[in-house]
Amino acid sequence: MVDATHGPDAHAAEFPDVELYHPRSWWTRYVFSQDAKVIAIQYASTALAIGMLALVLSWLMRMQLAFPGFLTFIDAAAYYQFITMHGMIMVIYLITALFLGGFGNYLIPLMLGARDMVFPYVNMLSYWTYLLAVLVLVASWFTPGGPTGAGWTLYPPQAILSNTPGQESGIVLMLVSLILFVIGFTMGGLNYIVTVLQGRTRGMTLMRMPLTVWGIFIATVMAMLAFPALFVACVMMLFDKLLGTSFFMPALVEMGELLPHDGGSPILFQHLFWFFGHPEVYIVALPAFGIVSDLISTHARKNIFGYRMMVWAIVIIGALSFVVWAHHMYVSGMNPYFGFFFAVTTLIIAVPTAIKVYNWVLTLWRGDIHLNPPMLFALAFIVTFVNGGLTGLFLGNVVVDVPLSDTMFVVAHFHMVMGVAPILVIFGAIYHWYPKITGRMLDNTMAHLHFWVTFLGAYLIFFPMHYLGIMGVPRRYFESGDISFQPPSAHDLNIFITVMALIVGAAQLVFVFNLIWSIRHGKPSGGNPWRATTLEWQTPETPPVHGNFGRELPVVYRWAYDYSVPGAAEDFIPQNQPGTNPPHSEAPRKRKGTKP
Amino acid sequence: MVVAVVLVLIVVGSVAFHFLSPWWWTPIASNWGYIDNTIIITFWITGAVFAAVVLFVAYCVWRFRHKDGQKADYEPENKRLENWLMGLTAVGVAAMLIPGLFVWGQFITVPAEATEAEVVGAQWQWSYRLPGADGKLGLSDTRLVAADNPYGIKPDDPNGHDDVLIEADYLHLPIDKPVKMLLRSVDTLHDFYVAEFRSKMDMIPGAVTYFWFTPTRTGQFEVLCAELCGTGHPYMRGGVVVDTQEDYDAWLAGQSTYAQLYAPEVLKTATID
Repeated sequence: MVDATHGPDAHAAEFPDVELYHPRSWWTRYVFSQDAKVIAIQYASTALAIGMLALVLSWLMRMQLAFPGFLTFIDAAAYYQFITMHGMIMVIYLITALFLGGFGNYLIPLMLGARDMVFPYVNMLSYWTYLLAVLVLVASWFTPGGPTGAGWTLYPPQAILSNTPGQESGIVLMLVSLILFVIGFTMGGLNYIVTVLQGRTRGMTLMRMPLTVWGIFIATVMAMLAFPALFVACVMMLFDKLLGTSFFMPALVEMGELLPHDGGSPILFQHLFWFFGHPEVYIVALPAFGIVSDLISTHARKNIFGYRMMVWAIVIIGALSFVVWAHHMYVSGMNPYFGFFFAVTTLIIAVPTAIKVYNWVLTLWRGDIHLNPPMLFALAFIVTFVNGGLTGLFLGNVVVDVPLSDTMFVVAHFHMVMGVAPILVIFGAIYHWYPKITGRMLDNTMAHLHFWVTFLGAYLIFFPMHYLGIMGVPRRYFESGDISFQPPSAHDLNIFITVMALIVGAAQLVFVFNLIWSIRHGKPSGGNPWRATTLEWQTPETPPVHGNFGRELPVVYRWAYDYSVPGAAEDFIPQNQPGTNPPHSEAPRKRKGTKP
Repeated sequence: MVVAVVLVLIVVGSVAFHFLSPWWWTPIASNWGYIDNTIIITFWITGAVFAAVVLFVAYCVWRFRHKDGQKADYEPENKRLENWLMGLTAVGVAAMLIPGLFVWGQFITVPAEATEAEVVGAQWQWSYRLPGADGKLGLSDTRLVAADNPYGIKPDDPNGHDDVLIEADYLHLPIDKPVKMLLRSVDTLHDFYVAEFRSKMDMIPGAVTYFWFTPTRTGQFEVLCAELCGTGHPYMRGGVVVDTQEDYDAWLAGQSTYAQLYAPEVLKTATID
């Protein structure tokens, strides 16, 4: 293993001149940039911009559910287009792109003490391919028939049949866009993995990496294994649609006419989709787990509790998430005996996940909790994630899923656990790292307003929604008012949810305004406003320049969580500060009090 | 302080909402009360965990919020505590999983005395087929579907001739008799869902899926489609009427068979037998 006692100059001697591409013009510096930090900002801006579209779509669909007929341009076809595009944008083009393309690009090299990603040119191509995927997706609004309304799961055969809006070209553009996304993501993902494995600075052993990097790293490995399933599913459906093959198309009668397809299996698509789709949940969740661990530790001024357990929990969750996919298919008509296996694996995954929750809250115990905006969002994440994770125990337990599947309970569950919870982490992370990215703090008053409305509003939207599902109200209903067993009060609840959704959506405008306003008017932050230990806060310049660390790379002497170390002068010791107090191995193994 | 109070209010409010809100499941009309019981077990366990975690966070925020001169503890790990928590979690998970798997075993084991009833989904209506006097459904194939054969029944299969067809009308079932619902679709995915029966299953073109239940309460129940099947999805409604045996027999006597409806020449040979 690397000997961390070497002097800092040893490293510089090994790499006398870092091989970085130096931009010569404005275009190559800010547009076709190969600097991971610029690419990160490009990814994040694009993701947030397309996310605003998804936000507006959620307003429109909620308007329809609460006030049917009020917005006359929303017919059934438009409604299904809205839910489809809202879901796909949020899951893929916003959250996945923002966590991995945004935070991954910004934080991996900085946190590991690297000058950049190992393949900067491929990294640049990754962003531009992603942008192309977004543009193709948006283009489907401008084609005859509009975007597809097949639901974000795109289940065949309905996805390519008539009676689904976007049957003309929307579905083709959706599939092409997903294929482009996977291609672009693969280029970025290879970069993240190789940089983590090969680009760490001297002394940065794997077990000294911040949990943020662990979360993003394992999520990327998972994405590399899961996205190919989506890729082939998209290609096969394109063939079915354009070439008349029958991968997913059995013999069927459409509008009284027997189609030329024969012998395909719609269930095959569902297996491929969820082989991607379930790991995707954790591709979104693991970076959030990692980031929130670092937010809690930094703002509670306390080391993350059980670091090694946290790392192994991430790894185990990542591995297990590949053998649980069919819990999305308990009532799909697959062999019912699969239910036993997938219920067991699904509920087992609750154990490492629960460990993570315990360790977050135990990190708060006897901490020195600063209720800064990042910490507020981290606390809100714990509440919503625990809530959403626990309702997952209903849906994962095969027989309990039978009445709840395809109802509003599912909608409430997955929004809470993979919508609200990770997005609260994204907000917390932006409040946390914005000072490093811009050199200025975000405005605190606006942050508090944004926090309270978003957190409480989102909880009030999705908590009561579970009960509509328990009652039996199905999801994906353009109109649900006339369902026989629904009391009239259910409609009042729908109106309440819609009003909350409008308010929470509006609060995001405050956030966007804060992001833009603070670039010029925010309080100057200095290099390390949160007094954090990790390397990105120890850069010579803020914002860090191309190459990140000046002439010499930092050398790492300790793990990322030396907060409030007994006997230390300050309540944090940066990772690159030499010294042997406290005596540290990779992650300290001794319990408190067993060593001086 | 505010944060801690809000966290406590979230727990209190959520529990109060659970017990006081008017929105709860429909009165059950099938034998799957076991499923409701498993949901109740899950509610108690998960509710307790939610309350415990959030209240613990609230306490920490109140007790350990930053004050001047305060310093956090330094405690990297505590193996004993971590193992205890892991063990307790595993016990809680098992307490939900084991009854769940037990009930699932019942759910997928159709009793031998169950009669069959077929549901055929097509955009956007439900049709039903009962096996008729011989107790057997005739073979079917989507490729045979036509205006004079909407179910795609094989005309040369004698088992199909006496099949009772219920098109664009409510299905009737006798109370307290287990029934195996055979689910079929001629166009796209649908899902036969009656909230009061607590059971549902997708129907897939090209395959026959199933579930079973025993109706336990007479009355009329709405059938919903629970799998997105195009723009008419929310309007794909139907009904199931659970009758006493006498009412059921009277209703069944008034229904028509495949031979009567679509194959008059077959009817002739069928009556000769």
